[in-house]
Amino acid sequence: MNKEVATASEAVADISEGATVMLGGFGLCGIPENLIAALVEKRVKNLHTISNNMGVDGFGMGLLLEADMIASHVGSYVGENKLLESRVIAGDLEITFVPQGTLAERIRAGGAGIPAFYTPAGVGTVVEEGKEIREFDGRRYLLEHGLTADFALIKAWKGDRIGNLVYRKTARNFNPLMAAAAKITIAEVEELVEPGQLDADQVMTPGIYVQRIVKGARYEKRIERRTLRSAKAGAAK
Amino acid sequence: MTQNLIKERGAGSGSETDKRERIIKRVVRELRNGFYVNLGIGMPTLVANHVPPGIEVILQSENGMLGLGEYPVAGAEDADLINAGKETITEVPGSSYFSSAESFAMIRGGHIDLSILGAMEVDEKGSLANWMIPGKVVKGMGGAMDLVASARRVIVTMEHTSKSGSPKVLKQCSLPITGFAVVESIVTELGFMRITPEGIVLEEIAPGLTVEEVQSVTEARLIPSPTLRSMDL
Repeated sequence: MNKEVATASEAVADISEGATVMLGGFGLCGIPENLIAALVEKRVKNLHTISNNMGVDGFGMGLLLEADMIASHVGSYVGENKLLESRVIAGDLEITFVPQGTLAERIRAGGAGIPAFYTPAGVGTVVEEGKEIREFDGRRYLLEHGLTADFALIKAWKGDRIGNLVYRKTARNFNPLMAAAAKITIAEVEELVEPGQLDADQVMTPGIYVQRIVKGARYEKRIERRTLRSAKAGAAK
Repeated sequence: MTQNLIKERGAGSGSETDKRERIIKRVVRELRNGFYVNLGIGMPTLVANHVPPGIEVILQSENGMLGLGEYPVAGAEDADLINAGKETITEVPGSSYFSSAESFAMIRGGHIDLSILGAMEVDEKGSLANWMIPGKVVKGMGGAMDLVASARRVIVTMEHTSKSGSPKVLKQCSLPITGFAVVESIVTELGFMRITPEGIVLEEIAPGLTVEEVQSVTEARLIPSPTLRSMDL
């Protein structure tokens, strides 16, 4: 078995207009930057994206936004992107906000064959509007539905040709959940190795969830907020 | 007028930094040895720098980490290692990493002992508002709704009034809330307040102030505790 694809462009070639696409990452940490760059080149329109954030102006998902490729977005926080604000104000983009833990669990459930689940997050807030509420042991919970997608674009640190993945530090975040929740999961990795070279006990995403794997040609790995110890007082504002 | 009074008396006065330092110094007394703690973005992150000697707590970051350390020294920053505020950080010995689903499973499952976060408003029922101002662009709630719904204790740290001097401790939140009846206590530069079924009990008051003075900048009715103490720091 060999799921390796030579280039990011080839890996995203069949993502077409109107597709629902999950994108891994938290802020700019652990985002599939090579796959995003390849997708931006394709200029496909009307994508429905699912991702915790929306990049920043000029990087990450911000590039998809600048190329006017996103019709709707589901996420938990988009505050780092100024262009997005103007798009939302203009009514060009429909955004659905989901509490972050609910978003993560909806994606996990989607990938695990669970259609819906109850959670306490958002009870008594605008998030509960239109949702079934049920009481368990005297506490109120909301019914939230699993999420799936046509494609998931994810990023891992290392992977092998059959799609087993290992993530590094907080760059794991939403990536392993999304891997399981899409019909076609495309993983980009910093290091692509032969099967057997990853310690099977350390594999975080088993290859069954990954349909295509590509070695990222170039990693900028941009840092959103470079905070340093000597600059602590100024940084922690 | 009371604002001026409070300024003259000293206890509630000072720059924003002074107020914040007072709030942080008080809230860290709520830390207990062995606690797993989640710190909200902004002022609560300062708690990490003021953990009292002899107390060991493990900080959780919602993006998938236990064991947050200090900011890195120049040159040691790592794009793969950030906190929930997207700031570069370091790990402490014994740190662990996990997915966002696991992170919120431990939050939702009630494994976080204490959540400290900021708010724009808190009310008598213990509801808080900190994510949305109608008429302004909505940026999203991030993980705040999950945290306040499920942490064992939720403490709000905030300045007692807004920049324009209007009360933030209210009878009922006017902004869209983040969680209903979830806050356990409130720490401001003027005092330590606990939410109870009877209302908001003022347990500690900043030195030099009277209950009436604090009440005059608080919309909710404050119930002075029978054991009301001075909030000495």
